[in-house]
Order: sequence, then structure tokens, then C-alpha cells
Amino acid sequence: MPDITKMDYFNQPHLEQLVADILREAVQQGATSAEVDVAVNKGFTVTARKGEVETVEYNQDKIIELTVYFGKRCGTASLSDVRPEAIRSAVQAACNIARFTDEDEFNALADKKLLAFDYPSVDIYSPWSLSVPQAIEMVLECEAMALSKDKRIVNSEGATLSTGEVWHSYGNTQGFIGTCPVTRHEISCVLIAKKGKEMQRDYCYSVACDPSMLESIQHVAETAVERTVRRLGAQRLSTCKVPVIYAAEEARGLLGHFVSAIQGSSLYRKSSFLLDHLGQRVFPDHVQIDERPYLAKYLGSAPFDDDGVATRPNVFIDKGILKSYAMGIYSAKKLGMETTGNGGGVHNLFISTGDKDLPALMKKMGKGILVTELMGNGVNLVTGDYSRGMSGFWVENGEIQYPVEEITLAGRLQDMYGNLVEVANDVDTRGNIQTGSILLEEMTIAGE
Amino acid sequence: MINFLDIARRDLLDPAGLTEQQLQRVLGSILGKSIDNADLYFQSVCSESWVLEDGIIKGGSYNIDRGVGVRAMSGEKTGFAYSDDIIMPALEQAAAAARSISKYDGTQAVSASKWTTGHELYLPVNPLLSLSENDKVALLQQVDAYARKQDPRVIQVSVSLAAEFETILIMASDGHLAADVRPLVRLNVSVVVEQNGRREHGYAGGGGRFDYRQLMDDDKALSYAAEAVRQALVNLEAVDAPAGTMPVVLGPGWPGVLLHEAVGHGLEGDFNRKGTSVFSGRMGEQVATSLCTVVDDGTLPNRRGSLNVDDEGTPTQCNVLIENGILRNYMQDKRNARLMGGQSTGNGRRESYAHIPMPRMTNTYMLPGKSTPEEIIASVKKGIYAVNFGGGQVDITSGKFVFSASEAYLIENGKITRPVKGATLIGNGPDVLTKVSMVGNDLQLDSGIGICGKDGQSVPVGVGQPTLRVDALTVGGTAKE
Repeated sequence: MPDITKMDYFNQPHLEQLVADILREAVQQGATSAEVDVAVNKGFTVTARKGEVETVEYNQDKIIELTVYFGKRCGTASLSDVRPEAIRSAVQAACNIARFTDEDEFNALADKKLLAFDYPSVDIYSPWSLSVPQAIEMVLECEAMALSKDKRIVNSEGATLSTGEVWHSYGNTQGFIGTCPVTRHEISCVLIAKKGKEMQRDYCYSVACDPSMLESIQHVAETAVERTVRRLGAQRLSTCKVPVIYAAEEARGLLGHFVSAIQGSSLYRKSSFLLDHLGQRVFPDHVQIDERPYLAKYLGSAPFDDDGVATRPNVFIDKGILKSYAMGIYSAKKLGMETTGNGGGVHNLFISTGDKDLPALMKKMGKGILVTELMGNGVNLVTGDYSRGMSGFWVENGEIQYPVEEITLAGRLQDMYGNLVEVANDVDTRGNIQTGSILLEEMTIAGE
Repeated sequence: MINFLDIARRDLLDPAGLTEQQLQRVLGSILGKSIDNADLYFQSVCSESWVLEDGIIKGGSYNIDRGVGVRAMSGEKTGFAYSDDIIMPALEQAAAAARSISKYDGTQAVSASKWTTGHELYLPVNPLLSLSENDKVALLQQVDAYARKQDPRVIQVSVSLAAEFETILIMASDGHLAADVRPLVRLNVSVVVEQNGRREHGYAGGGGRFDYRQLMDDDKALSYAAEAVRQALVNLEAVDAPAGTMPVVLGPGWPGVLLHEAVGHGLEGDFNRKGTSVFSGRMGEQVATSLCTVVDDGTLPNRRGSLNVDDEGTPTQCNVLIENGILRNYMQDKRNARLMGGQSTGNGRRESYAHIPMPRMTNTYMLPGKSTPEEIIASVKKGIYAVNFGGGQVDITSGKFVFSASEAYLIENGKITRPVKGATLIGNGPDVLTKVSMVGNDLQLDSGIGICGKDGQSVPVGVGQPTLRVDALTVGGTAKE
């Protein structure tokens, strides 16, 4: 037996050998079926603040999650130790739990025909051969640039660079084992601007799986400065009802609620305002929402889902109509539906965009609010009721007038989606949801 | 007296044959002229959770994790590395990585170990073993049955039972050696009710640093079920919440999340050292009405936010943050205290061995005043009475904070009239306590459900307060006046 503690797990054969060993152990201990998920990651993060290195952090983790089935009963265990004796006792613990859980008729691994045996390799792995001293130089330079751009920038929470990779393997006793390595690199800068007694903080970040796709440190520094100083002079507003634009980075969250609401687990728990909405109108007819799981260089890409099922391009909204929920194996069985390859979530969600940029969208709105930051978690997915704190800008005649803060934005997601006016083409590509800024009809602003 | 150090040694050092002398040598190899401080943090955690959903015990999980974090400090610089393997070679490797924050300039002797005695706020019992598996399952089933029995409109119940058993050992280059053994349990009940096609959600739960059996004392577990159903049923009748600025009466207990967001985070030492908090440089100033005294107290027996010693080995304290309206103290970890010329207040916390410690809250609450809750409600002509909340968030630089009510009522002419839908409340941290005009005599702490997130690290916390009247707070509803 190889010395397992010295093995390099950033390597497909080694990782898959570990998954296979754990599956075999589960079967040896009597499990009728089993599934295993292993993720290993390594990387580092450096931060510079006020011209000095502040932190250098190295990370390296392993996490093993295993589920054993005894017929329709299951038990789960997780651990970070790869030694055979540790794995044996974790399998034992999971088996022990399975003795006390109930039969759940919907428990089952995916059918072989659904599993991603011939999964494509997705191009999301581009390690960065960057040394810690080089990274330190970059963050020092980024922060120095930011601090020198504008007298109103008086303080900083620093510039940070992190780089790392995650190798993720999933396998089950249906014979499937798949591995997907992904790299992630990020540069950010957080600044503080001051005018009189008022202090405001804002930031800019760039994230990509390929370092050559990161924005330049100059861009990160300049954008952070611009975003921070433009918040100075923030006012409150009187309570009113006005149209609202969610800036692209916040529009992502707005669509994130849609993703949560069509998730199988929200539906079988009867905890979604979109329950029993298949085939019904959710958005106006100009809206298309779909997912594209195989895109090269997109951080949301994945060739198989958490069940080992092949991912696929799904259309969730077609001409405003809800065409499909997002299902994994368990929720699909429970709801009498088919899996859509969304065990664990969606992979690169896109909403159709129009031909306007953000300034043109503001022109179209005329008078209203541009939301650039939301606070708190006042979103009730069961009812669709929405109430969150916000800051942003007051817009009149299509132009930004002044920053606003300490106000709330409230409505119902059903109405917000139903009254979506237009999506701009300023798509923010940094996340799993790809959207431009979104103009909505009236919402309630509560203020003074 | 409980010897936590012996327990921790047995669990964390003995299996790898590590001795205190070896650890001192590792620390010595990190220290040099430019590295002024270093520490090692050994941790093991085992945890489990059991879930009941749709009337069946759907699953359970057992999790185990252990490792060691190594921190090297040089003025404001920190080097940090960790290993999920507690063995000498991994420890040496992590030490070398952490040390690389500054140039190598020789080793230095480490002071001999001084054993720091902490509190004995909870027993070092493994809560996972406090009930048999059959009894855990039976408890979940009882809670489920009890919730469904409350009302025929209950259509969905999920119950989860979770426990964690953590052992830590800290050795610092200043010679301090400390250990803690921490149990933590929690029970959550979540229900959905339905009436004429309208569905609403209700949630309740609780726990603390004790074992499972205390969850069953006084039928506590069942009371969470009843409470979750009650809240959901109240929300079935709720009308749109008002929009605008108005007097708000906050109920006792969990609404203390106000203090956590509005002032707590802004008084953490790191933000004040860096001058990024709206409270920076305001020590000794009036930041609240004289009715308000707010403390952060890590020494309450068995509370979720309590610790015998913090994650740097400093015994926790009851720290007065605001005394009769005057700002008195920040919350400090060792590093920020040292850089600001003070002492750690026992607030150095970290999520795990894989995270860097920073100043964090423990149990944050306001001391009681003289008013009765009835007279506080009667004093409001038009406003809202908010008794339950989801979470909150704060921007410590601008001071703006939110917290989201999940159960609230209209107050009209001094009377509670009808329930309103959940809404976010927004305010400004340094202003909000200057608008507290009445403080109740009914201090309560929350039931033990708080999780605080900061810089991506989660730690368990507690909050509490008596009933409070805030003269003006903005309520983010949709209803026109």
C-alpha cells in the first residue's frame, strides 16, 4: 500500500484511486450503494495595507464526504484525514447512522444512463506560476496606485491577491468517477474615502480562472477609487415609489433568488413562491434565461453535477414562461420529475440582454434609483416578499444626481420579475450568473 | 477543578507523540528579531447532525476534523499557515511558511510555558454521546409530532438536531499555554403552514454549551416546535408592513441583534486600530442615551457565545462597551490590543485552525432599565412592535446597518393591533442608540441560535436585550401611510 499521507492529491489518478478505495470500504462494510465526494485545494492569499504587507496566508485543505446506503436508508460522514484507518472509522460512523435513519423511498443513486461517463473536459484550469514575493509586489503596487489617485481616499482596508486551485472528484457505486480541477485567481482593493465626518467604503475586485483574464491592477485600483469617492455626500430619501435599476453586480443577486426558487429542494419543501408555476408566466415575454455548463474559462462551468449526472444546457425561462425547474436526483424522484443535471445548483446562468448600456438604461428610466449595494437578507422565498437595505444613486433626467443611503427597497419578487422592463448589455462576468443591469418598474423606497 | 490542559494534551498532542518542549522549539524557530510573536493552535472537532423531514428521519452526518494553525507576527504583519495533519513534519512546514512573512534573522528562545487557567462555564462532556441514537431519533420524532399537532394548517415540518465537541490547545511564544473543551448543541424547527393557498414559514430553535439532555429540560425542544408554528400562523394573518421612519418597539431577547449590528461590530478592535470604523476615535463620547449600558460578556455559563478561554488562550471577560450612553471599551484580541497599547479583552476568536484569529463578539446585550414592556408599547401612538428577526448586516465604515424582522405588529394608539409582514429595518449605528427613549425591565438573552460572520469566518454568538423603544427607525415595508 502506498504511503497515502505523502501522496499528491492534485492529480486525477491519485484522487480517483482515493474515491475508489473509499467506495470499496463502504461496500465491504455492507453498504448496498455509496457515493463519495473529495475536494482538495491549495493556494495562498496576500494582503497589503498602507504600503506594508499585512498578511500572507497559505491554505491547503482536503475534505471527504461519503454517503452510504443500506437499501433506502442512508448515513453520511465527512473528514479531512485520508489515512486508511480514519476512512474506515468514518465509513463505520456513516453506516452506524444509517441504522437509525428511516427508509426514504426517494433515496437512490442516479441511473447509469444519466451518469456523465463520457464527460467533456471543461477548460477552467489555468494555474498561475506566481510566487508569494511577486504577489506581494502586485498588491503593494495596486494599493499604492489607489491611495495616490484622489485626496479623498484617506484610508484603506488593503489590496488582496489570492490564487489557488480546487480538485474535485465524485464517484459512486454505479461505476462513475469524475474529476474536475478548477483554478481561481482574484485581485481586490478596498478603500475608504472621507469628507468632513462622513466615511464611505467601497471596493473593486476581479476574479477569473485564467490569470490572463484578470483585470489589470491599475483597473482594479482606479475602479475602487471611483466607486468609493462617488459615495461621498450620500443623502437619505423620502419614502416614495419609483422605478429601480439594479446595477449588474446586484442584478446577479436578484436572479439568484429566482435560482433558489426553482431549486428542487425549495419546491418539495413547499418553500418557494414559484411552486406549481411550470408553464406559467414569471417574466415578460422578452426574457430568456438559460444555463451553459461547458463554457471555457467560466467559473460556473461543470461537466457533471453533485449526483454525477451529466450537466446540460437547460432553458428555464422561454419568452417569459417557466419551462423547467432545477432538479437533482433526490428532488426529481420526490417530485415525480426528471433530473435536469442541477444537483447542487445551476452552471453559468444567462439572461437575455438588450442593446442598451447602463447610461442608456438610466435615460430610459428617467427618474428613479440606481442600486449599487444591498444589505441584509430580507427575502422571503416562501411568499416572494422582498425588503432589503440599500445604497446607490438618485437618478433624474437619466443622469446620476447624488448618492443615497440608509433607505430600504421593498416589493414582491413575483411583481419585480413580472415587471422587468429591460436588461442592459453591461454583463458582469465575475459570477455564476451572467447579467447586465436590470430596470424594474416601481418599487417602494422607505426613508425619512 | 477541571484540567482542560490534560484533556487537550491527550486528544491533540499524545497521538502524534508531540511534547511541549517540541512545540517550544517550533515556536523558537519562528521567532527572530523581526518576528515578535507567534502561536500554535491545535484543534479537533467532531460534530453530528440529524435531520427529520416529511415525517421521516431522513439523514444524519458525522464529521471529524483536526489540525494545527501557525501564526507568526511582526508588527502589523501576520504570516499564517496550517495543516490538517497534526504531526511534527507538517507542523514544521507550516511554521516555516508562516515565518516567511519576514526575513530570517536568527532564532530566539521562547519563554517557559505558563498555564493559563480559564473559566469553568461548561462541562467538558462530549454531547454526541449524551443520548443514544435511538433517543436522538425519538426526540426528533416527538418534536415533529408536536409541531403537527399544533394546527391542521401545518403542511411541512423539518427538525434538525446538531452537536459539536471541540478541543483546543494554544501555545504562544510569550509562554502562555491554554486549553478549552467546548460542547455545543442546537435544535432547529422549521415549518410551513398553508391557508387558502397562502403559505408562510415559521422558525424557532435553541441550544448552548451543554449536552442534548438540557434541550429536553422543561420541554424546551417541544416549545421550539410550538413557537415555530405560532410564528407561521401569525404571518398568515400579516398585512403589508408600513414604509417610512417611525417609532419602533423591539421585543426582548433575539432582537438584540440590533446591538450586535448597530454598535457591536463597529467596536471590534481591528476596525478601530485601522480607523475604518465609524466609532474610531470616539472613546469617552456619548453614543447612546444614558439609559443604555451595553456589554459583551463571554463568561455566562452554558451560553452559545461563551468561552472559558478565547482562541488565543485569554480568559473571557464581561466587557462594558457602552456605559450609561458613554463609549467605554473596544473588543480586542492580542494582536490589536498590542498594536493599540492595551490588553486583550478575551475576544480573540477564529472559526477553526485554518483561520486567523480576530476580535469577535461573544454574548452582546443591553442591561435592563425600569420601564415595563406594557408602558413602552402604550407610549407609541403609531409605530411597529418587532419581536423576531432573521439576520442583520452592517457597514462599519458608514455605520449603516439593517436587520430583518420576521414577526412584527402595528402599534396604533398604544395598542398592538395587527401583524405585519416581515420587513427590513435600517438605521445608522452611532445614531440609533441616541434615540432609545425607554428601556424595559425584562432583559432576555436569545435562545442560542446566533451565528456571526466576519471576513468569511463564522463563530457562534449570543445576543440579548430588554424591550426597547427607538423613537425613529426606518421600516422597509410597502404599505403607504
